[in-house]
Amino acid sequence: MKTTYREAMRAGLRDAMQRDERVFLMGEDVGRYGGSFAVSLGLLEEFGPERIRDTPLSESGFVGAGIGAALGGMRPVVEIMTVNFSLLALDQIINNAATLLHMSGGQFNVPIVIRMTTGAGRQLGAQHSHSLEGWYAHIPGLRILAPATLADARGMLWTALQDPDPVLIFEHGSLYNMAGELDDDAGAVDIDKAAVRRQADGQGHRNGDTLTLITYGGTLPMVLDAADQLAGEGIDTDVIDLRTLRPLDAHTVLDSVARTHRAVVVDEGWRSGSISAEISARICEQAFFDLDAPVERVCSLEVPIPYAKHLEEAALPSVERVMAAARRAVGADG
Amino acid sequence: MSSLRNQGIPDAEHALHLLRQMLRVRRLEEKCIELYSAAKIRGFLHVYIGEEAVAAGVMETLAPDDAVVATYREHGHALLRGVSAGAILAEMYGHAEGCCRGRGGSMHLFDAATRFYGGNAIVAGGLPLAVGLALADRMAGRQRVTVCFFGEGAVAEGEFHESMNLAALWQLPVLFCCENNLYAMGTALGRSESQPDIALKAAGYEISAWAVDGMDVLAVEEAARRAVDAVRSGGGPHFLELRTYRFRAHSMFDPELYREKSEVVRWMERDPISLLQGVMQAAGELPAEEWDRLKADVDSEISTAVGFAENGTPEPVSELTRFVYSDRPDDGGYTGAGGTPEPDTTAGKGGAAG
Ligand SMILES: Cc1ncc(C[n+]2csc(CCOP(=O)(O)OP(=O)(O)O)c2C)c(N)n1
Repeated sequence: MKTTYREAMRAGLRDAMQRDERVFLMGEDVGRYGGSFAVSLGLLEEFGPERIRDTPLSESGFVGAGIGAALGGMRPVVEIMTVNFSLLALDQIINNAATLLHMSGGQFNVPIVIRMTTGAGRQLGAQHSHSLEGWYAHIPGLRILAPATLADARGMLWTALQDPDPVLIFEHGSLYNMAGELDDDAGAVDIDKAAVRRQADGQGHRNGDTLTLITYGGTLPMVLDAADQLAGEGIDTDVIDLRTLRPLDAHTVLDSVARTHRAVVVDEGWRSGSISAEISARICEQAFFDLDAPVERVCSLEVPIPYAKHLEEAALPSVERVMAAARRAVGADG
Repeated sequence: MSSLRNQGIPDAEHALHLLRQMLRVRRLEEKCIELYSAAKIRGFLHVYIGEEAVAAGVMETLAPDDAVVATYREHGHALLRGVSAGAILAEMYGHAEGCCRGRGGSMHLFDAATRFYGGNAIVAGGLPLAVGLALADRMAGRQRVTVCFFGEGAVAEGEFHESMNLAALWQLPVLFCCENNLYAMGTALGRSESQPDIALKAAGYEISAWAVDGMDVLAVEEAARRAVDAVRSGGGPHFLELRTYRFRAHSMFDPELYREKSEVVRWMERDPISLLQGVMQAAGELPAEEWDRLKADVDSEISTAVGFAENGTPEPVSELTRFVYSDRPDDGGYTGAGGTPEPDTTAGKGGAAG
């Protein structure tokens, strides 16, 4: 079946609403407007205003209400337009959703799913372009997902709804129009394991021309593109899509690094204190003696994302920067 | 008194000036739409067409050292505050000549010279800033006023309520101008507020608040003048709910599924520009030549601005990481992280990052 990331998301929502009547969608402009990124277009007509619930501009209020509804036995899916606006709800997400189970000594779990857009690349300026999912991955008690493929867009929501704890799903804005084939019977997907999206075939020019590219979400297509081009240069890569930033599946990463002996982490967040810093540290802690080269990282420059196209492009990871880092890692940069 | 409702034009020259101001905003915005369609400018674009009387009426009452805070629908506010159309358009082109050197874009116009503090794309994000600017004036003993523009959608945010309370509690010199255009993206006021009378809500915080016809520039100006005078003379925060309407979609991406075309057409009959124009004509104060001259003047201002933007230069990529931290005079112009992306660029040269 031919579909887009946006439609796959919508199919996942529809499916969840049909399967469990406790599931409802709530957020700004999810109903009448059709969703700010058109993910929920048509669902109001299908499910009605009780279950496709438009909220006023009050992120802290409606996210908190979602947490309360989850405590009350519902299965809320709360949409926040972008991660930038989720900062207004940070208190509810961190001080309540992530914390209640522990503070209550295991009595109150919070089965909420919060979806939001993340990422840059559309010239929207700093207040609409940041990648803060790595921040959320810092918080114990949250599960952080980043669907990068149609199958994950389609299937992660249902798995997330089975989780008794709060799950945040980050959808990169540049992925919504991504089109491709999806199995007709595509369903729930694993959210515990990272996925190996490309496997090194052992065809490197010399011994040592293999490496592991690690990424997630919006940068996966770029990394796969870089991997293709690197193959043309005789550099053979594993590409790992983390899919879940917390809890992190370090095993898949470490297994790969044990075979390739080199790693490049690609993350649209800033380098300092980022999820890429965590991955790099895990590799250094747990696979140091497997490494033949320092771990490389390709991140956004440490600057609020600018509006102008040429500046924005220069600030973000690119195929060129990924390839340059890969060449450095295999010592092929001269 | 000097309201359009009374069909009285107290001062023809001044009325002509207001008409010009509104037309400048209208033409700038029409040009923005054209340039957006031609892919000259990008990102999110929110135009103010239909709401011009609000900015035109309020700005008229401010002194040069007063402060203005606005939202992402702020091209008109910037222009009427005194930022040149050229600097605004160059910003949307992403050029170095833009008022934010290409970093802000349409939603983030700023200008220190005119004390224009944005350009804020977070709904209600400007309100606490306005409270703080006013607090600074109060603490420094200055007689300045801070004006904060925001949409009625912002009224649902906690920051609105927190700001009202602080401003009233501390009796700060700030004028809140709620541009009530009835829709927050696709959400109609009646579906977002349990109490849709916004002036009443502000009054609940002990703030002097009243609602004004936001299509009538003379009424807006009169109300704003009264409020600004009161704020300036120590009367504490004031609040205007300006009832207006946006004739265009929320942004260039909005399919407008949430409202009837007929409703838009009905509101367009109260176009603030035609309204003033009509009254002036009826009073014999706007001869055809005068109107033609006005349009020609404004068109030429905007086309000069487009030329300026078009001939601008891209901000050099080598400057990308500037303005993350302030330039430090003692180390010869600290430029933050430096220009080269790889390897790690995060160690500041001057240690200024702390
Ligand atoms: C905190 C926050 N939430 C959501 C948005 C997305 N958004 C941008 S404009 C807008 C509507 C705001 O409506 P209103 O305040 O009435 O102003 P108007 O656009 O009508 O001028 C929304 C929901 C945002 N920018 N910031």
